[in-house]
Amino acid sequence: MKEKVNQIKEVAKENISKIKDLQELQELKVKLLGKKSELTSLLKGLGGLSAEERPKIGSLVNEVRSEIEENLAKAEKKLKEKALAEKLEKEKIDITLPSVKTKRGSKHPINRVIEEIQDLFVSMGYDVIEGPELETDEFCFERLNLPAGHPARDMQDSFYITEEYLLRTQTSSVQARTMLANEEKSPIRMICTGKTYRREDDATHSHQFNQVEGLVIDKKELNVSLADLKGTLEVFVKKMIGANSELRFRPSYFPFTEPSYEVDVTCFKCGGKGCPLCKKTGWIEVLGAGMVHPNVLKMNGYDPEKYSGFAFGTGIDRLAMFKYGITDMRYLYTNDVRFLSQFDRKDEE
Amino acid sequence: MKLSRRFVEDYVDIDVDIETLAEDMTRVGNEYDSAEKLVPSTKLVIGKVLECKEHPDSDHLHVCKVDVGSEVLNIVCGAPNVREGIKVIVAMVGAELPGDFKIKKGMIRGEESNGMICALYEIGIDKKFLSEEDKNGIHILSDDAVVGKDPIEYLKLNDEVIDFELTANRGDLLSILGMAYEIGAIYKKQVKEADLTHNESGEDLNNSFSVNVNTDNCSLFLARKALNVTIKESPDFIKNRLIASDIRPINNVVDISNYVMLELGQPLHFYDADRLGNCIETRMAKKGEKLTTLDNIERELEETDIVISDGKRAIGLAGVMGGLDTEIEETTKNVLIEAAIFDSVKVRKTSKKIVRSEASNRFEKGLDPNRTYMAIERAVKLLEEYADATIQTGTVVYDKSNKTEKKVDITTKDINDLLGTNISNADVLDVFERLGFKYDVKEEIITVTVPTRRLDISIKEDLIEEVGRIYGVDNIVGKLPVVPMKIGSVNKTERGIRDKMVSLGLNETLSYILINDKDVHKYTNDSFEELKLLDPMTEERNVLRYSLIPSLYKIYEYNKARYMKDVCIFEIGKGFWKKEENYGEDRKLCSLMTGEYYLGINNKKQVDFYITKGIVEEILDYLGYAGRYSFVLPKENLEEFHPGQVAEINVNGEIVGVIGRIHPKISKEEVYVFEINLEKLLAKKVSKMKFKEISIYPTIKKDIAIILDKDITADEISKVIKKAGGNLLVNYEIFDVYTNAILGDKKSVAYSLTFGSNTKTLTDDEINPVIEKIIESLEKNLKAELRK
Repeated sequence: MKEKVNQIKEVAKENISKIKDLQELQELKVKLLGKKSELTSLLKGLGGLSAEERPKIGSLVNEVRSEIEENLAKAEKKLKEKALAEKLEKEKIDITLPSVKTKRGSKHPINRVIEEIQDLFVSMGYDVIEGPELETDEFCFERLNLPAGHPARDMQDSFYITEEYLLRTQTSSVQARTMLANEEKSPIRMICTGKTYRREDDATHSHQFNQVEGLVIDKKELNVSLADLKGTLEVFVKKMIGANSELRFRPSYFPFTEPSYEVDVTCFKCGGKGCPLCKKTGWIEVLGAGMVHPNVLKMNGYDPEKYSGFAFGTGIDRLAMFKYGITDMRYLYTNDVRFLSQFDRKDEE
Repeated sequence: MKLSRRFVEDYVDIDVDIETLAEDMTRVGNEYDSAEKLVPSTKLVIGKVLECKEHPDSDHLHVCKVDVGSEVLNIVCGAPNVREGIKVIVAMVGAELPGDFKIKKGMIRGEESNGMICALYEIGIDKKFLSEEDKNGIHILSDDAVVGKDPIEYLKLNDEVIDFELTANRGDLLSILGMAYEIGAIYKKQVKEADLTHNESGEDLNNSFSVNVNTDNCSLFLARKALNVTIKESPDFIKNRLIASDIRPINNVVDISNYVMLELGQPLHFYDADRLGNCIETRMAKKGEKLTTLDNIERELEETDIVISDGKRAIGLAGVMGGLDTEIEETTKNVLIEAAIFDSVKVRKTSKKIVRSEASNRFEKGLDPNRTYMAIERAVKLLEEYADATIQTGTVVYDKSNKTEKKVDITTKDINDLLGTNISNADVLDVFERLGFKYDVKEEIITVTVPTRRLDISIKEDLIEEVGRIYGVDNIVGKLPVVPMKIGSVNKTERGIRDKMVSLGLNETLSYILINDKDVHKYTNDSFEELKLLDPMTEERNVLRYSLIPSLYKIYEYNKARYMKDVCIFEIGKGFWKKEENYGEDRKLCSLMTGEYYLGINNKKQVDFYITKGIVEEILDYLGYAGRYSFVLPKENLEEFHPGQVAEINVNGEIVGVIGRIHPKISKEEVYVFEINLEKLLAKKVSKMKFKEISIYPTIKKDIAIILDKDITADEISKVIKKAGGNLLVNYEIFDVYTNAILGDKKSVAYSLTFGSNTKTLTDDEINPVIEKIIESLEKNLKAELRK
């Protein structure tokens, strides 16, 4: 009897080791442990044994049974692992093939620079104000101390629609609007960015271009001064052009400021050594600035005895060209997608 | 303004080199373009042609032996006027001439040539200044030129020139004397006075000549007479200073009028006195009046032109150009000199029409009446000395000018407050002294007397500018304003839209707002008056755009011409209009899409209406308008769009934009555009973003498919489903639409319906009646039938 059981055990072991798939395993399981299996019938036949032998053989059969069960489980696990591995192998793909995606968008370099400038000034407590591009003579010139016939109007040949309306030649028009709109005549700290238009078109001038304008007005006791203007523009230039840029204030003339200055920065091409871009001077003119002219304050409702302030303005197109190394101004306005799509990532910090 | 160093040194001593002078002037506000030698050539010597033979192998070259003092050189020369015995300018081997021209040893057709005999234009004098002879050949020096010496020095051309770009307010610097004051202020040098000494004789001019001024546009008019002038070539120093100042020398008399203008800033006009009567009148031109100007052009005058007349007819356009009839000629004997001040705005207007000249430029910037008196005296002095003139006694004067010197009060505190500096009282007074401004000090108040030459200074701030620039802006230390802290603000909506569009894969463009008038009414049925430029630069751009679509379509065409097929672009910009008497501009978001949008193998997808519509919906949803918009058929036909693929974008019952495919008659390629008027859209308030409780009960999805008439839109079906679905229907989406031959005029539409409740898990018993209601409603309203 004992031999019979051991024989079953050995045969089972051998059969289990030969199993090839889960189907066979299932069949073998039934054959070895099912109702009709040898082991089951052996257990059934235990009753015919002596009381002495019965428990011995019984426990032997049970031992063999659990051993077979264990072996079957092991085999099943192995087979399942193998099957999964085969399935995964079949699902292998070429991970270097192109992905599925929508087109990659990009933001125009001019607007990138505008946003950067806005963020810088907002962080210093300035408000970003907008104004109309189709302006009146009054806000573009008259209220900025440029009466009709003023020689400085020569500097800006303009696009007029009527005698009164024109495309703004400078964002400075927003200065007058902001001052006038401020009914409490409270302090002002603002910048305005946007499109401006002049009647010229050549390799270095576009009839449409972009400017940023800044205006700070506060009570005279607070002494908003030329030194403050200088410090503010130092922050601006070092952020937008480079930490090593030096500034040079050159006395100049604008009707809306007095004193007025043109502000040069170290030539960004040659670093101040002198090159064709800076006409060998080592400096490049980038800004116009000055202390708000008392007439401008007065004309726009601020008492020059009680308030003082500064204003500045600069072209954005050239800053963008410098920042991204754009070699020709015309790229900014021809909108070649091969140009546009280069500006498709976050700016470096 | 070109500044001749030798000229200005008549009035002020300069101890620095020309580059330093230019830089120092720049720092006080006078920018320069260039600072260089008048004749930028090197290694030139005076030579004498000892021998001149024809070149054996050429019909125009000569072979010369030239004595240059240290040696005798063999030089081949092609000039027609070279000959034995003359003295010439020789560029030695190693000389550098303008235009990067270096003289080397060489063989010219077999003859050795060790240098070059030069024309004046070859050493750097522009041809426009030269006589006919000098234009066509080498320059022949006078016999007193010493062989071996420097010809530049001999010709008194050893000058240096700074080309300044002056600011519009500094008319006073358009004169050598004004420049001398500026240089004197920088280097603390005394300015010398102009020499006005001369003799006068004869009867007082006032007895025989009168000046009548019949307009407010002339505040000062002076006339003097110089008799028996000899017209000849000017002395070298006058010619050279004119050349250095970019004015062509003509003859001594004409040159003197220009010389005095350069020197003192006051334009003069010389008339041939014998062709003039015994009076001169200044008045406004009559409409249609005619005058032939110096340049021999007959001009029709306008009432805004100031004219000079001899009492009968116009003989000159005041401040702009003289008349042909009374001009100085070779035969002129007696000269009437005019020194006057005309209204700057009127002169500007006339000169803009006729010609901008050195004279008109000075009138436009404004003149100092004291200088006018000085100039007429200086002119007679020079005419006496260099034109052998006899000066007639007396000046005829009409004077309504204001010669009072302005007085401006200022304190050192005013200056330091505005500049943010700590300049001492003594330093402030030092600046005024250097500038030649007189002042009185009473306690802290400094009363500054501004000389009449400084027309640009009239208020305190002007003086602060003077102190700032002479003290040195570089000495001012920058700081940030100390003002109360506040939060800065910027409207983030436009930026949000831009970022969203970029993340949706579109390239942002920046186009011109000026377009052609034939495009301005395209892609819209809105009525507005177009805004045309009065004076466009080109007809191609003569009107302000209303819609951005024409701009973006141009960009598409530009790229298409460069074989770029996938163009998905957008822009936020202004569109302009006039309606009745109102002018306005609206911010618009415009996008154009064509070519591939989804990329990748087997997944490429061409842009179609629905992709474009998806972009619009993304933007509207992002801005918070979800559920408040619809796409509706345009009420009127929009000519530039495909009639079956166009819609108006309706938000809260208002049309805010348009979307559609560009009409195949315009573009054969499939090009889709949309434009949204952001002013209209953003005027619609958006509710606050607020958390909604998440239901803990599961939702149940049920699909239904219906067959119904082809022309019924998805919007119509959805409306019926939504209404019938009630509260329990939380979402409904179309997941399939198809037509086939069997369906004929019908189509099959499949919806996925989602049911849910916040208060319980729904059972079939609760959902089924709702579905039945939906189906009934579809059957009843749209004649749909359920597909089983």
